Amino acid sequence: MVASAITATADIGLTITAPRKHRSTLASVVNTLRNRPLAVAGIGIVLAWLIIGLLAPWLPIANPDAQNLAQRLKPPSGDHFLGTDELGRDIFSRIIWGARVSVPAGVAVILVTGIVGCALGAISGYVGGTVDTLIMRAADAILSFPSIILAMTVTAVRGGPGLGNALIAVGFVLWPEYARLMRSQVLSIRENEFVTAAKSIGADRNRILFRHVLPSTDAPIIVKATLDVGAAIVLTAGLSFIGLGAVPPTAEWGAMIKQGADKGLQYWWYALVPGVAIMSVVMGLNFFGDGLRDALDPRRRGR
Amino acid sequence: MGIWSYVGRRLVQSLLVLVLVSIATFSLAHLVPGDPIETILGERAAGNPEIRAAAERRYGFDQPVPMQYVYYVRNLLQGDLGESITTRRPVVEDLRQFIPGTIELAIAAMLFAVILGIPLGIVGAIKQDRWPDHLARFVALIGTSVPVFWLGLLMLYFFFYKLHWLPGPGRLDTGMKAPERITGMITIDAALRGQWDVFRSSVVHIILPAIVLGSFALGILARMLRSSLLAALGDDYVRTARAKGLSEGQVVVRHAIRNALIPTITVLGLTFAGLLAGAVLTETIFSWPGIGRYSVQAALKLDYPGLLGVTLFVASAYVVVNFLVDIIYGVLDPRIRIG
Repeated sequence: MVASAITATADIGLTITAPRKHRSTLASVVNTLRNRPLAVAGIGIVLAWLIIGLLAPWLPIANPDAQNLAQRLKPPSGDHFLGTDELGRDIFSRIIWGARVSVPAGVAVILVTGIVGCALGAISGYVGGTVDTLIMRAADAILSFPSIILAMTVTAVRGGPGLGNALIAVGFVLWPEYARLMRSQVLSIRENEFVTAAKSIGADRNRILFRHVLPSTDAPIIVKATLDVGAAIVLTAGLSFIGLGAVPPTAEWGAMIKQGADKGLQYWWYALVPGVAIMSVVMGLNFFGDGLRDALDPRRRGR
Repeated sequence: MGIWSYVGRRLVQSLLVLVLVSIATFSLAHLVPGDPIETILGERAAGNPEIRAAAERRYGFDQPVPMQYVYYVRNLLQGDLGESITTRRPVVEDLRQFIPGTIELAIAAMLFAVILGIPLGIVGAIKQDRWPDHLARFVALIGTSVPVFWLGLLMLYFFFYKLHWLPGPGRLDTGMKAPERITGMITIDAALRGQWDVFRSSVVHIILPAIVLGSFALGILARMLRSSLLAALGDDYVRTARAKGLSEGQVVVRHAIRNALIPTITVLGLTFAGLLAGAVLTETIFSWPGIGRYSVQAALKLDYPGLLGVTLFVASAYVVVNFLVDIIYGVLDPRIRIG
């Protein structure tokens, strides 16, 4: 009874201070970002792609799968202002529909791999001992392979081409860095006095890890995740380009570049357009990520 | 701590990572769906009970899993990586044939990155926040956010298809025979044998793929050098150098760059290992016969021995380069040895 009363007070203490700290950080982050036009433009581009992709079915554009063999491989014109592919499909429309695949896939992969990696890293750092050794050595092993080669191998081991296999491979390759980052944060945070305090009032291990340690970790992981969404999009597109990712007729940007390249250089618009789309998203994420890093780093804030 | 105990400690660490790498490839090989003997021998040979039994003994498949790993490592150390399903040759022979092409391309890409990246980084630091700096940062940004395979297509379109300045995919002009093999790197072999027309052709053929492969390294190198040079320029010894009346050029060249180059060398080493991996996409676009293209073909045909052979080679190269970089770093900067 007494113990639970103390826990309750401790919780109230947390709820009183936590949101205030949170609000002030968020406000200052938004404030700093506002002074960085590149970061704002960056997130704008990414959000625009996400929204356009989301709205694709309701936009007044051609059916991305409608074939018209009389109109095959036509350069950009009034009818098809980004040209057509080898089946006479409208490339503009396929790019828009491709945004439904490439951008959310990159976000989803990083979300899942980031959470899994962070969880493993947190457990590793907090529990220590054999668990720590096992997780961190596995991470070391994966990090000693170059990502694209390991991703290729994982895709092949999972039975070959397919967007699902490619995304699993990308996630498999990227989790160890989150685990490492999280582990080092947890290691330093758990030495703090509020952890000792929580322990002394009888909070169990899970409670301390999830209610006290995890909420105190932050900035570097968010910045890394933002930049990694771009890396994941490029890696997935690369797997599609070599034929291990999305398979036709999926309108995925990397696969479209591959199909365009296979047709020949004279049909330049076919591979050019999806490449510009990928570049715009990745650059947007890089600009935003850099801005976010500055905004979250108190030493750089306001500079 | 002396340099040798530092080297020894790093050597032990590197060997440990190599063991991890071998455990990882061993596990991957075991995750391959289907019959492992069939994977190694191919369907037809695995159907023959005698061949099958011999292979089971050789690879230890009649033993428990930990023993199988021992067999696996023993075979690796004897240079037995199994047989490629696509080429029907030992994987080691395939690697021996294709590795020089990739190394040649990676060296050329590195040269491009260094020749352009170092001036770009220096200009960026000296003219901080002025237009040369912005330009340099923009180039570096492009280098790190453009998908390399798309950049390759773009380069081919302009410099080969439109302008006819440079040749298209391949290592030599069509109809030209590669020189008799010495190193396997055509540019070097041609020069060693004095076949200058072949040399010329191989050099112009390597330019585009080298630029494409090197663009990422260029971006990283320029950014790294810029930031470490900026840090060095704020140090006390630079102020001293200025105070004793050295010109700004002398300060940069004689004092700041020397120190700024140390972290850059580390990045350079790691980037070189990264180039071996980046070659996967570049070699595919430029039909460059290296291990990158070989691994792509292996992956597409589910040729696991071939693919795992490349994976193992590149990961080992990573570890070895890492080790060498750490040693160089330790020699250049005594503080690292102590730390």
